Amino acid sequence: MVLTLVGISIIIFVLLRLMPGNIADIMFDSAGFVDPAEKAQIEKELGLDLPIPVQYYHWMKGLLVWDLGFSYVSEMPAIDELGPRIPITAKLAALALGFSVLFGLPLGVICAVKQDTGLDYTLRVISLSGLSLPSFWLALLILMFFVTYLGDIPIYMDPPENLWDELVLYSIPAAAVGFRSSALIMRLTRSSMLEVMRQDYIRTARSKGASDNSINYHHALKNAVLPVTTIIGIEAAFLIGGLIITETVFNIPGVAHFLVEAILMRDYPIVQNLVMLIALVTVLINFLVDLLYAVLDPRIKYAD
Amino acid sequence: MQRRLFTIASAVSVVGLMLSAEAALAQKNGGILKAYHRGTPPSGSIHEEATNSTVAPYMGVFNNLIMYDQAIAVESLDTIVPDLATKWNWNDDNTKLTFTLRKGVKFHDGKPFTAKDVVCTWNLVTGKSKAKLRKNPRKSWYKNLDKVTADNDYQATFHLKRKQPAFVALLASGYSPVYPCHVAPKKMRTHPIGTGPFKFVSLKQNEHVKFRKNENYWKKGKPHLDGIDWTIIKSRSTRVLAFIAGKFDFTFNVDVTIPLLKDVKAQAPHAVCDLVTTNVSTNLIVNQAKPPFDNAKVRKAMVLSIDRQAFIDILGHGQFLQGGAMMPPPAGVWGMAPEFLKTVAGYNPDIAGNRAKARKIMESLGYGPNKRLKVKVSTRNIAVYRDPAVILIDHMKEVYIDATLDTVETSNWHAKVARKDYMVGLNLTGIGVDDPDANFYENYSCGSQRNYTGYCKPEMEALFKQQSMMEDQAARKKLVWEIDKKLQEDAARPIISHGKAAQCKQPYVKGFVTHVNSLYNNWRMEDVWMDK
Repeated sequence: MVLTLVGISIIIFVLLRLMPGNIADIMFDSAGFVDPAEKAQIEKELGLDLPIPVQYYHWMKGLLVWDLGFSYVSEMPAIDELGPRIPITAKLAALALGFSVLFGLPLGVICAVKQDTGLDYTLRVISLSGLSLPSFWLALLILMFFVTYLGDIPIYMDPPENLWDELVLYSIPAAAVGFRSSALIMRLTRSSMLEVMRQDYIRTARSKGASDNSINYHHALKNAVLPVTTIIGIEAAFLIGGLIITETVFNIPGVAHFLVEAILMRDYPIVQNLVMLIALVTVLINFLVDLLYAVLDPRIKYAD
Repeated sequence: MQRRLFTIASAVSVVGLMLSAEAALAQKNGGILKAYHRGTPPSGSIHEEATNSTVAPYMGVFNNLIMYDQAIAVESLDTIVPDLATKWNWNDDNTKLTFTLRKGVKFHDGKPFTAKDVVCTWNLVTGKSKAKLRKNPRKSWYKNLDKVTADNDYQATFHLKRKQPAFVALLASGYSPVYPCHVAPKKMRTHPIGTGPFKFVSLKQNEHVKFRKNENYWKKGKPHLDGIDWTIIKSRSTRVLAFIAGKFDFTFNVDVTIPLLKDVKAQAPHAVCDLVTTNVSTNLIVNQAKPPFDNAKVRKAMVLSIDRQAFIDILGHGQFLQGGAMMPPPAGVWGMAPEFLKTVAGYNPDIAGNRAKARKIMESLGYGPNKRLKVKVSTRNIAVYRDPAVILIDHMKEVYIDATLDTVETSNWHAKVARKDYMVGLNLTGIGVDDPDANFYENYSCGSQRNYTGYCKPEMEALFKQQSMMEDQAARKKLVWEIDKKLQEDAARPIISHGKAAQCKQPYVKGFVTHVNSLYNNWRMEDVWMDK
């Protein structure tokens, strides 16, 4: 895991610096000209004139003592810029994931159990729309609906004062971003359930007189949920992509939107630390999913 | 023509005065004005930036020596009023401009304002001080400034190399605030300190910029607002919807485009929106140092291919304006009159005739339907840049020029332009002050950093200087028109159109007058109040 993270850090660091343009170019963009001497001075001040390995060494050395450097844009410590934003995105991501699992999993089971009925067709159409609607468009439609019919707009204006306000504020964007994931989970649960329900042991359980609920939820779902768990893990990692758009449209000051801004501004300290954090979270989620396999399927046993 | 211009300017002034009179009778104090901002300001240091992202929110932190009357929509030499200076006068040969300064003014940190601060500020801008600005976009404005001296604590003199009556126009801009001597440029970027009506409180990237009332402001009874909160919203759809929903009192500086204005009017009919000229032009930068546009004939053919009205109809819903380097009348004080404009090559409304001439030129150079000139049109990868570039490519096809679109990530744009790594670039230029001195010296003069093409002609320099020294403003205007005509015909930076956009506010926001010939000079906000 450590080696993976080191590899990722090198790739991020080098790729960022291979991108054309740097913060000095951006700074001069707002001044409407480029002065080579003044630009060189800024690059020197920020250490961008140093060889890439030296810059990497400085970053790593800082990371070891929890010094993430300074944001080039705000000239504030990167930790102060990132610190307050991480919990916002984490809460939004957790809500979105919760939404997708809460809706995707049971609806997938219902679709499988009620296969080829009106309900199944309706839910499949909804899930297809979830997969095909771009999240930015869906988010804008939601905003327009609110403004047109309710005369209000559910965007972030000020920090929420309590947990309830927070839940209300984040639930709509979380639903917007979680809709796609829930559709994916629903479809996968449905197909996985259908596959399991054709197995011999289900037929045996049915012939022994087990109730529908017992068959569906005790025998079938437990076995069908394994591939779904993998997808949930992958979706959790991919959620950051969806959150970029959602945070932008709903004006939520989280790290996803901040990351895009930092990339556009070539704010290296922010981007490299943030991408490292995302990499770390992704690696951890994958690790947790692997552990969960063993819990869900006793046949899977990891070597000592 | 001039009489008509004068009448329009007077009418606007009267309306402005009526507004201020209304304000004087009924202003209410208090309240935080909620405005939205389109993106995080690059810094709080106005002298280091050339964007209204900085000047709009931060102008209220500072004072100038003199400023444009905030209540008069058309800025001109006649609308300049005192600010930190109580009066100013020229010496006999008009090379020394002396300002008498206001006493008892204090910066937000309690330190007194004196003539030394004036000297420090302009030493900083002209690069003469030990402390340095990281970027200095308006150095070219002060090409003619020899030095600034403090005659005593409350008198400062600007010494010019030659006479320049319009020098005061530059000092009146929102881009010319007085900085404190005792605060380093770095701090001015992150926590600016001025003498203005509002104190900077905080900036949080992608979230907000907040200002609060300066309780010790030297103008008694002002500002009326307790503060201004600019909420940063990157998505234009979101911020305009939020304004429609009543979450904001005020939009960002002419942020509402003409198509969006229709939505705002339909969904928020109560909103008060001023559709104004912005003094931002869509123009071409032509690389005259490299083939094929090193050839004046090819440049002329390209210029003749342009159907400006098509750009105006498509991009501006017929509301944008045709003009040259100087913004066209009636809002623009110095722009060429429509009759005169028609005499400029490429501005003749007979597009078919222009293009026939262009084809002949191209044929004389060996090009034709079967041998077409291949070029690239480079521009930023942003809709307001990309859309006109696509129309331009279409027009160029009419004269045997096949162009491909080269979109450049916005962060790399100026670096690419500085390297002269382009053939034709589609560009947008905002003019800080509607005066030829600001425009010509910034965008067309030899050695200016913002003269992207490096256009440099001794005969034009002589003309720039000649107009700059003229005291008779009517005669100056005639010369300015001739200069503008030459610039357009020389394809120095062919102007395609002058833009318009709307500034919207809720009906209870009073005392703000949207200026019509610059985006950058009416953001002091000390007269703004809310009737609620």
